[in-house]
Amino acid sequence: MVQKIEKKERMKIQRAQMPEQAPEERVRNFNEVPHGLTEEQALSEAQRCLECKKAPCIDGCPVEVDIPAFINLILEKDYAAAARKIKETNSLPAVCGRVCPQEEQCEIKCVLAKKFKPVAIGHLERFVADYERENDLVQIPAVAPPTGKKVAIVGSGPAGLTVAGDLVKLGHEITIFEALHKPGGVLVYGIPEFRLPKNIVQAECDAMRDTGVTFENSTIVGKMDTIDELFEQGYDAVFIGTGAGLPNFMGIEGEQLIGIYSANEYLTRSNLMRAFDEEGYDTPIIRGTNVAVLGGGNTAMDAVRTSKRLGADHSYIVYRRSEAEMPARAEEIHHAMDEGIEFHMLTTPIKFIGDEEGRVKQMECLKMELGPPDDSGRRRPVPIEGSNFIMDVDLVVVAIGNSSNPLIQSTTPGLETNRWGNITVNPETMQTSRPGVYAGGDIVTGGATVILAAGAGKKAARAIHQYLTNGAKPE
Amino acid sequence: MPRVVDNVQIGPMTWKMRVEVPRLVAKAKAGQFVIIRVNESGERVPMSIAGLNKDEGLLTIIYQVVGKTSALMTTVEGGGEISDCVGPLGVASHVENWGTACVVGGGIGIAPVYPIAQAYKEAGNKVISIIGARSKENLFYEKEHGEVADELHVCTDDGSYGHAGFVSDVLDKLLKDGAPIKMVMAIGPVPMMRVVTRVTKEYEVPTWVSLNPLMVDGTGMCGGCRVTVGGETKFACVDGPDFDGHAVDFDILTKRLNAYKEQERRAMKKFLDDPHCRLAESVRQFTYPGTK
Ligand SMILES: Cc1cc2nc3c(=O)[nH]c(=O)nc-3n(C[C@H](O)[C@H](O)[C@H](O)COP(=O)(O)OP(=O)(O)OC[C@H]3O[C@@H](n4cnc5c(N)ncnc54)[C@H](O)[C@@H]3O)c2cc1C
Ligand SMILES: Cc1cc2nc3c(=O)[nH]c(=O)nc-3n(C[C@H](O)[C@H](O)[C@H](O)COP(=O)(O)OP(=O)(O)OC[C@H]3O[C@@H](n4cnc5c(N)ncnc54)[C@H](O)[C@@H]3O)c2cc1C
Ligand code: SF4
Ligand code: FES
Repeated sequence: MVQKIEKKERMKIQRAQMPEQAPEERVRNFNEVPHGLTEEQALSEAQRCLECKKAPCIDGCPVEVDIPAFINLILEKDYAAAARKIKETNSLPAVCGRVCPQEEQCEIKCVLAKKFKPVAIGHLERFVADYERENDLVQIPAVAPPTGKKVAIVGSGPAGLTVAGDLVKLGHEITIFEALHKPGGVLVYGIPEFRLPKNIVQAECDAMRDTGVTFENSTIVGKMDTIDELFEQGYDAVFIGTGAGLPNFMGIEGEQLIGIYSANEYLTRSNLMRAFDEEGYDTPIIRGTNVAVLGGGNTAMDAVRTSKRLGADHSYIVYRRSEAEMPARAEEIHHAMDEGIEFHMLTTPIKFIGDEEGRVKQMECLKMELGPPDDSGRRRPVPIEGSNFIMDVDLVVVAIGNSSNPLIQSTTPGLETNRWGNITVNPETMQTSRPGVYAGGDIVTGGATVILAAGAGKKAARAIHQYLTNGAKPE
Repeated sequence: MPRVVDNVQIGPMTWKMRVEVPRLVAKAKAGQFVIIRVNESGERVPMSIAGLNKDEGLLTIIYQVVGKTSALMTTVEGGGEISDCVGPLGVASHVENWGTACVVGGGIGIAPVYPIAQAYKEAGNKVISIIGARSKENLFYEKEHGEVADELHVCTDDGSYGHAGFVSDVLDKLLKDGAPIKMVMAIGPVPMMRVVTRVTKEYEVPTWVSLNPLMVDGTGMCGGCRVTVGGETKFACVDGPDFDGHAVDFDILTKRLNAYKEQERRAMKKFLDDPHCRLAESVRQFTYPGTK
């Protein structure tokens, strides 16, 4: 137990700086960029928390983690208990500690944020989760006696994993069906190793398997069994967490050229198929010397930072609005800048130009300027007439968002969707238009965040449990 | 992990593998495909369905050794396992009773047109099958096709067996002679499918082709398999693999298939140079004649 100090004194402590690999070094490897806080740093950082009564940070957290309580457990040096505290409402702290946008969730609400820097909640979350895992302190949760009820979960992203983790503890028999050969969804195929090491996701899945969840990888619901057939086979409820996995393209001339990837393809080749390791794995990837990544979100930052690590001389972000409108996390934009990524703001491609072999060699762009705000509240970019220019590129990654994959919707009669093809649900219960069928995560919201997907999973798990136990037939 | 029942060589560079995947087989239909991964470090490779044994839950795939992964596949022994086999992927071939339908299989395409011929036959069609290979020793499934087809034409490029010439020549002649073919399904190397569609265009016979662009996930997630059909972008893994042959842009497809030529060559060379490589001698001989 660390001796507590006066509040005034606490405010004098500097926010802990996350130690990380130097930019020159890290652009040559795929190892994780931040190393994680040391124990000493974590203790010092935990001291900074004022243990507010009406902790505003909790309101900022989409799943309402009891932040001061877990921080207090750090001060007691019971890091595993701190991790378990987080897990009461967030089953994936090691993941969320790394990828959640804390700066716009809990940390922005921290009372210290106004005058000082907010408590580094995310860094502390990561610290306790890593401590628990690395010291083999992860406990297999107690499982209630079998209820005899079976639940099928479609998709193993953060939404599906959360539902599985919660329901298995309540004694239900859980099977996760995953289309790809590895579970984790975007956590394994999208987010790169240098931001979220894959062994962490694997450890989460292994822990779930140990708790009793069955994983059926390489199984596409809708192609193999449909949701109706799952019910016929004796499943009592189904959760759909299939994500937003259909890549959007620009729809401009030359998009079929070799060397133009969707971010999904580029990142899947590198992350899931591990093409970055040419010696060890078979899947090829185009490395590129001058790489342009189109877009300004987290996906674009992941792709452009990947390209640098794959040996590009120049890696560009080409974004049609200005830096202020970029949806990527501030931390990721800074990481990218430190790594020498070149930003072409207010620029949009209008045409790709290829060589005789059909490989992209150039991209024609237009400069933009910001006009009045559009529906998203951000200022609309408008092209500047005659501002055309050519960029030399040999690899282009299109990272302008994803739509929903229509497979489940098209094979499940009576499942209602909105005009973007997202499944519509009751926002309290995550129940769809079909009794016993629930949905959550990106398939409902469109591309969002890990924690929102996990939060939706929590809600759905509660509702499914009620449905299975009281037979609470939906209205 | 899916069990490989047997894996036998049926031609100089052609193997036939049967995999036990009963749930997949129960759902699969002619014209669909699967994606397999041989081992943990392996690529995901698409393979057409070349046969379905619903009673025993067995899937047949027929593959040609063209690079590292297909070479690696030959090393899996009967009774062994492969890491993954996912499917059935893609949309099943459209089948109805048109009266007379023709399937055209060139090279490795002889395999996937076989279950399609069966499906056409079951739907009540008179089936004309045209199969062709480079030479007699490269030909396979002649007997199988013979059992299904009402009329079987076999050809070889070098004239070592059957008609001397290409499958498209045979089709051209049949159409010229007034064969009442109402529908053609052509599967094979891209140049062959292109020529077949030129022939059938002339006679205005609707023609399906099964496209084989490079793929990764096979679920519509990556867009790597995009093809241009009638000026529109389609994802072959979910919208196809069958498309209207008269609308396909074969130029783009041909180019895109060469995306990784250099990497593929390197990978194959490294694989064959490895002293532990257990690859059948015939593959080595074919790739580097005269070596041991
Ligand atoms: C590159 C990238 C970087 C990101 N970075 C961040 C970040 O830093 N922070 C953050 O909070 N969020 C980030 N996000 C967003 C976040 O990853 C997603 O919002 C989140 O993963 C959504 O979770 P999900 O469970 O809804 O679906 P997903 O994670 O998309 O998982 C869905 C799973 O369902 C499977 N599936 C689909 N259809 C079927 C079917 N028919 N049968 C079986 N399985 C099926 C898919 O294969 C997939 O594995 C990022 C997204 C991307 C693409
Ligand atoms: C829907 C679909 C169905 C297929 N069905 C079969 C099948 O039944 N039997 C079979 O032998 N092959 C089939 N293929 C092709 C097969 O997937 C490739 O031959 C295989 O991936 C090659 O891997 P490799 O590592 O051995 O060769 P690589 O080293 O990857 O490639 C070597 C050579 O093969 C060519 N090649 C690679 N991928 C493809 C491809 N997708 N299509 C055509 N040529 C390719 C390359 O251009 C290169 O010249 C199919 C492909 C698709 C998309
Ligand atoms: S708002 Fe900040 S200081 Fe207050 S409890 Fe939360 S983390 Fe601690
Ligand atoms: S193979 Fe990825 S979308 Fe078709």
